[in-house]
Amino acid sequence: MAVKTEAVGKAYPPFEYEVGKEKIAEYARAIGAENPVHFDREAAREAGFRDVVAPPMFAVVYSAGSVAPGIFDPDVGIDFARMVHGGQEFVWDEPVVSGDVISTTTTVKDISEKGGKGFYVFESVSTNQDGAEVVRGTWTNIVRGV
Amino acid sequence: MKPGDDIPELKVTPDRYPPHRYAGASGDFNPIHIDTEFAQQVGLPRNILHGLYSMALVARAAAATADGDPRALKRLSVQFRGMGVPEEEITVTGTVREDGVLDLEAAQGENRIIRNAEAEIRSTSP
Repeated sequence: MAVKTEAVGKAYPPFEYEVGKEKIAEYARAIGAENPVHFDREAAREAGFRDVVAPPMFAVVYSAGSVAPGIFDPDVGIDFARMVHGGQEFVWDEPVVSGDVISTTTTVKDISEKGGKGFYVFESVSTNQDGAEVVRGTWTNIVRGV
Repeated sequence: MKPGDDIPELKVTPDRYPPHRYAGASGDFNPIHIDTEFAQQVGLPRNILHGLYSMALVARAAAATADGDPRALKRLSVQFRGMGVPEEEITVTGTVREDGVLDLEAAQGENRIIRNAEAEIRSTSP
């Protein structure tokens, strides 16, 4: 059996996420990040940020909602029960701070098959309210027994 | 640090609840992470850590080489392999491959939960 590749290149509507100060703090505590710039507005400003700044991996919080429609898209055809998250890459640009409104657009970058496994690769591009790119994510999901 | 040098190790011993806190923080409530009974029903030893939580620890270890500056991390790519579990120490190790490029991995004992991690660090000093 082969994977279907017709969905390669397909894009999904932008997903918008408004970043909150307490959400940044909650995320930072969950991963054990202790730098005061994630919690304290004055500390963040002293360090040159516009406001309390998100840890880099907070990218997951504002961009995952953009990737989900692709994972569940019948045109992509992922068998969710046999899917594992195989790999992840982020490339960061402008820092994300409290009050930012982040818009993320996801496209199906590649679908391929190797050794009975399907590889489904999505690319998400996130920009802030000023149009500056904040992060670009590459999400690789692997489905066994395609 | 120069090529070939080890970066400082990051050691974290999660208690029983990091997956629950991470689920709340990230919005990923997949029951394999927060419900041991469910996890065992689908063949896992117990509830498992979120891969992206472990990746966040790798990101912390990489950024720590630049005093934890959130601007320092330019790129991080990882492969998820073994599954991490709560209540066991996680060790993130890394070496400097070349100026501004690190190779890292995260392990619980012999179980390497993140492999082939590669980080690019941007210079944040003025």
